[in-house]
Amino acid sequence: MTMIGWASFIAVLAVVAACAKPLGSYMTSVMNGERHVLTPVLGRLEALVYRLSAIDPAEEMPWRQYTAALLVFSATGAVAMYAQLRLQQKLPLNPAGLGPVDPALAFNTAVSFLTNTNWQAYSGESTMSYLTQMTCMTYHNFASAAAGIAVAAAVVRGLVRVQAKTIGNFWADLVRVSLYVLLPLCVVGGLFLVSQGAIQNLKPYEKVEGVQGFSQTLPMGPVASQEIIKQLGTNGGGYFNANSGHPFENPTPLSNFVSMFAIFLIGGAMTYQFGRMAGDQGQGWALFACMSLLFLGGFAALYHFEQVGNPILAAHGVAAAGNMEGKETRFGIATSSLFATITTDASCGAVNAWHDSLTPLGGLVPLFNIMLGEVIFGGVGSGLYGMLLFVVMTVFLAGLMVGRTPEYLGKKIEARDMKYATLGILIPSFAILAGAAWAAVRPSALQSLANAGPHGLSEILYAYSSAVGNNGSAFAGLNADTWFFNNTLGWAMLVGRFFVMVPVLALAGNLAGKKRAAPSPGTFPTDTPLFVGLLSSVILVVGGLTHFPALSLGPIIEHFVMLAGKLY
Amino acid sequence: MKKLLLQAILLNAWLIVILGLAYPLAMTGMAQALFPKQANGSLIVENGKVVGSELVGQAFTGPRYFQGRPSAAGAGYDGLHSNGSNLGPTSKALMDRVDKDVAALRKTFAQKGPVPADLATASESGLDPDISVAAALWEAPAVARARNLPAARVARLIRRHARPRTWGFLGEPRVNVLEVNLALDGLSLKNAPKAVK
Repeated sequence: MTMIGWASFIAVLAVVAACAKPLGSYMTSVMNGERHVLTPVLGRLEALVYRLSAIDPAEEMPWRQYTAALLVFSATGAVAMYAQLRLQQKLPLNPAGLGPVDPALAFNTAVSFLTNTNWQAYSGESTMSYLTQMTCMTYHNFASAAAGIAVAAAVVRGLVRVQAKTIGNFWADLVRVSLYVLLPLCVVGGLFLVSQGAIQNLKPYEKVEGVQGFSQTLPMGPVASQEIIKQLGTNGGGYFNANSGHPFENPTPLSNFVSMFAIFLIGGAMTYQFGRMAGDQGQGWALFACMSLLFLGGFAALYHFEQVGNPILAAHGVAAAGNMEGKETRFGIATSSLFATITTDASCGAVNAWHDSLTPLGGLVPLFNIMLGEVIFGGVGSGLYGMLLFVVMTVFLAGLMVGRTPEYLGKKIEARDMKYATLGILIPSFAILAGAAWAAVRPSALQSLANAGPHGLSEILYAYSSAVGNNGSAFAGLNADTWFFNNTLGWAMLVGRFFVMVPVLALAGNLAGKKRAAPSPGTFPTDTPLFVGLLSSVILVVGGLTHFPALSLGPIIEHFVMLAGKLY
Repeated sequence: MKKLLLQAILLNAWLIVILGLAYPLAMTGMAQALFPKQANGSLIVENGKVVGSELVGQAFTGPRYFQGRPSAAGAGYDGLHSNGSNLGPTSKALMDRVDKDVAALRKTFAQKGPVPADLATASESGLDPDISVAAALWEAPAVARARNLPAARVARLIRRHARPRTWGFLGEPRVNVLEVNLALDGLSLKNAPKAVK
């Protein structure tokens, strides 16, 4: 590891921290429906959208109605996307003449973008038309990200409102986040990516006669506009198969830096927004500190193991300069390691290096990050509400230790709340392990593996973790475009999204109705270094204990196998 | 419920118009106006013909040309199938490929000893435009011999085209293979005996 390598880590964290306050304050005004700097510019458009959609933004919704709106919105969006994928050959803006998408793949893809997973069992450049990329992929990148942020805002309202029946208006939250937060950031960030060389056009693919006579077809398309929302919305679905390693998506070290920053930007700001809405900034910074700590640990491990590299390669005549298999020269070991950490800390899933080709313990880090629930800055919205589930768990454990009813922000955490929080934490882990176990005993599923031995198990484990965690990155050697994987991973994504969102919203609804108790001397403060340490330990212990047995059969055993020089 | 359904359908429709159509189209318009070269793929035109993109690696075989990294995109540098090998660290297939590549590289570039790490490993995209400076210098002596150029001349060319880290800490120093090969052709043209024609 070098100081230069660590400099990128420090730079990303510093910029995210610096933007947390301004963006977090702005997002608070947006979510509160107050006037803000963009109201004069886009206020009319917002009002028009409400009018045309028969929506009253002032209507307050109880948690059940809020959840129903979320589910109906998601379902209708997914049906529309499925239909378009099946019919894209009949629609315009398809210069490459790409045909309809197979039903199982269309189901998987529609679910994948709906749930903010962006798992891709297809190659964009040879499967999706320009119109599909715009109205399906780009649109759902916005919508699923906005839905996540909306839910997180509703959860925070549940925490801070006193004896209230409602937690906000889903439609208004969704529209405001899309128009006032995501859209302006995307316009600025997208143009920056174009300046670096990310393409943005509607031209036909370019046929090239190479300098030494090898011909090549360069794919074209409206890439940058999708690329930026892919990062900002922690979606992660690349325009091209190679995702953020593709030179037309992520052309330079600078575009790479902006991509990494964009992945964490909103997640970081939401901790500040949380503090602002809770009326106690320390609560927000405590979460920020916990996230930074876990981010640091993940990067240090991943960077270390990638830099040490693979001793077997050295024995085969390759200079020992770290593990470059599956990485781009312009990013190198350090920034590729940083990107892999960030994309799985958040539920982004964009990749600029293939995780399948990471060293065993290097590859364990992204897998473990996802298994922890992607709460380290996390997916936009989902990171915050996922983290709040762990906070509830932590205050409960602390309460057990001192023998008092646990409280958070003055709200008593009681049996019902704990049931919802536990469901939100346990259902995903169960889905990961059950799904992976099922695939691992199906001979036909095993034919999809690109690697044998313990690495094969890691591929399966990663697939279900990524799907349930709504991450979308992959140990991509696994051929996931089969009937079995398209369907089971599709359902895994739905479980991972909605079987967390619904308990979380139920928790919010339940907390909103409670009184706020004044802090007493026995109250366990939740904005201290002690609490940050305890919270981090709870996250690691819950994630570790649940998944350690599976991890030990995959990446951990592979590490020792690699040191022994054994091949599969 | 019926009301919710209607609202959901309408809102999806209008947001698709704004975020799925108007936004990417407006971005395309702005990008074409502000950064036309980049927005269209940073294409390199020589004598009226597009010979490649500055950003996308293309296939070369040494020693007359600098050679890029092994590519798992289709049959190699296939723009329609960007991909890496996705082979794991204990994969026999990976080591077989590395053995083959290492032997071929040593033969092509008349070198012994360890091969620079990037030259023996497949990139992420399969379209990596760059190699490390160390790799370019490793290939340079053979390239110079194949082109009848002084070795120092070729090494100087590499240093001139080497790109440093951005801001001193982002990414890695590197050489763009297509760029340096075009410069090499230019150099050979200048050095070529006048009689050729």
